[in-house]
Amino acid sequence: MRLYNILFIFIFCCLSCSLSAQGIIGSKIPSVQIKKMDGTPFNTSKFTNNGKPVVIDFWATWCVPCVMELGAIADKYEYWKKETGVKIFIVAVDTVHNTTTVSSFVKNKGWQYEVYLDQDQDLQKAMQVMDTPCTFVVDGTGKIVWMHNSYMEGDEDKVFEELKKITSHK
Amino acid sequence: MRKIQLSLLIVLVVSGIAKAQSLAGGQLHGSYEIDAQTYKPDSIIGAPKVPEKMDMNTYAQMDYTNGKISAGLRYEAYDNAIQGYDPRYNGSGIAYRYLRFADSTIDVTIGNFYEQFGSGLILRSYWQYQLGVDNSFDGARLKYTLYKGIYIKGLIGHQRYFWGEGSGIVRGIDGEMNLNELIPGWDSVKTKIIVGGSFVSKYQTVSNPLYNMPANVGASAGRITINRGGFNLYSEYAYKINDPSVINSYIYKPGQAFLFRTGYSTKGFSISGSAESIDNMDFKSDPTATQNSLDINYLPTLPRDETYQLAQIYPYATQPTGEMGVDGEIRYTLPKASLLGGKYGTELDLEYSSIKALDTTTVNDLSTTRQEYSVNYFSFGKQVYFNNVTFELKHKFSTKFRMILQYDYLTYNKAIVQAEIGAPVVFGNIGVFDGYYRISGSNTLHFEAQELYTMQDQGSWMFGLLEMNFGSNWFLGALDEYNYGNTVVAQQVHYYTLTGGYTHNALRIQLGYGKTRAGILCVGGVCREVPASDGFTLSITNSF
Repeated sequence: MRLYNILFIFIFCCLSCSLSAQGIIGSKIPSVQIKKMDGTPFNTSKFTNNGKPVVIDFWATWCVPCVMELGAIADKYEYWKKETGVKIFIVAVDTVHNTTTVSSFVKNKGWQYEVYLDQDQDLQKAMQVMDTPCTFVVDGTGKIVWMHNSYMEGDEDKVFEELKKITSHK
Repeated sequence: MRKIQLSLLIVLVVSGIAKAQSLAGGQLHGSYEIDAQTYKPDSIIGAPKVPEKMDMNTYAQMDYTNGKISAGLRYEAYDNAIQGYDPRYNGSGIAYRYLRFADSTIDVTIGNFYEQFGSGLILRSYWQYQLGVDNSFDGARLKYTLYKGIYIKGLIGHQRYFWGEGSGIVRGIDGEMNLNELIPGWDSVKTKIIVGGSFVSKYQTVSNPLYNMPANVGASAGRITINRGGFNLYSEYAYKINDPSVINSYIYKPGQAFLFRTGYSTKGFSISGSAESIDNMDFKSDPTATQNSLDINYLPTLPRDETYQLAQIYPYATQPTGEMGVDGEIRYTLPKASLLGGKYGTELDLEYSSIKALDTTTVNDLSTTRQEYSVNYFSFGKQVYFNNVTFELKHKFSTKFRMILQYDYLTYNKAIVQAEIGAPVVFGNIGVFDGYYRISGSNTLHFEAQELYTMQDQGSWMFGLLEMNFGSNWFLGALDEYNYGNTVVAQQVHYYTLTGGYTHNALRIQLGYGKTRAGILCVGGVCREVPASDGFTLSITNSF
């Protein structure tokens, strides 16, 4: 019986791999109300960039890999913009009482990203974000073409590769 | 076991369907997580014999959106709940379902929903799967944009209580005014001001042979946010009328909470300060509920959520019956291309947190446990709950190698924070070295060395971690937590764990084997117990 159970879980894992997240890929950015850093409401359907690609990154001030990823991209952002025209939106998942921390944190880092707050977790739910960091690459038509969870050194290069693919297809 | 297999199959079939289609012009998305753990008893670390030998927590969430309409549900199965989760979760079923209509001015939800007013001092419902916290409402919620810059929310419902609902009815209303949107010409003013206020009431008839229990308990709160350039300020005050309960030993004293945060930041430098005062602010929709169940509100904690293993041995848990705390932090970046900053700059971070008892004077005699008291607000009591000084240094040497150094000195009143009678006050020094070496591409070696030096409680600990990432998909890791300073020689145990896993897009599969020390797990000051265990763990998460 125990062997049967283990075998079942193994088969489940294999099937899970074959069903890896394609669902959100190919979808349009959902239309959800979040907030700008100054507290004014913002609809996520406006995550656009004049027909050029967009990166949406979910992060938190307390998330070490998130900060590593955003720091690594910040060092290359000017080059990425020049090569692909990309605009990066970062969405903080910190709770409301940490809002002031987000503002201080971003200013301290000198990041040039557009920063938003998803305090009600509506955008996280709409985009099925289960953990941070979670990075989405969106093409010029607003279609999600790539996503990745977690971060290790060098993963930012994969984001750039996806951006290059989009711009080279145009 | 059949139930578990059935739930896994449902997840598989549904995710297969969802992968393939958009239904009737709408979009169907979902996510699922499966966590399983096997157990074998270990008397040395205190791992108990678990009769079922294996436990599993599972959920699958499905959301369908078509234009302004959305609907969804979440299936959960705990067969049985993993040790440390409340066993009242044992079982399976639909734990969350909703129907929602939302456009640019009105947003209506019927069914289950989560909500938060301000920072949550009088209302926050949320789901924290890792903590086993779910205090969702089942009822109705309306969000409405009354005028440009004026936003109101109203809700009514019962709260989730494991596989049922609490009998208390919660009603709440929240209003927020963004003055820069509201007042003509203020949209270009540099100073941004938002004010808000809320009122929450619960209703429940409770029969108690000893006390006259109020059926209606109300709470109100006001808040303000100010931003100007690099300056920011957030403050909130909350007041709750008398609410006798198990948690406050049935006293009739009103509760109050005050939260204040301010800071200034510019590129390479920031300074922030926070203060918090909490008095008798536990607010549940049932006065007999305990632990994290049926919480209507959330009391934020000031200290940072520690991410390093040994610093997590003594996490702080907010004390809803009363505490007074302050926190200050300075961050400074030594510029790039300077002598100390090196090629990439060096980030320095110094944080101090101190939390003590409220300054109170008991007004009752000492022959009763129902101690009424008066409070001298904004004054510290004598008893220390938690003190922590953290210094952190981050430096990137090259594109291949970066490191983080952290030092903590903490004072931790375990008897208060973990409610463990007779536990000592712990004084600890913690050192952390965290390094990342990029071998090539995304092949990265991650290594940590940590030391917690203390003479109290279980004594000193050492920790080592080696983790290798092969590209962005595969990882292998080994860690060892060694309680070398335990005064009981037999308990100088190595808590080793071996893990391996695979990630691709949103899919993450992780398999591990090893020993877990007993302790508590806290997120944002909310905690649950984690018992000692020895065995295999499997975790699968995915979204589609």
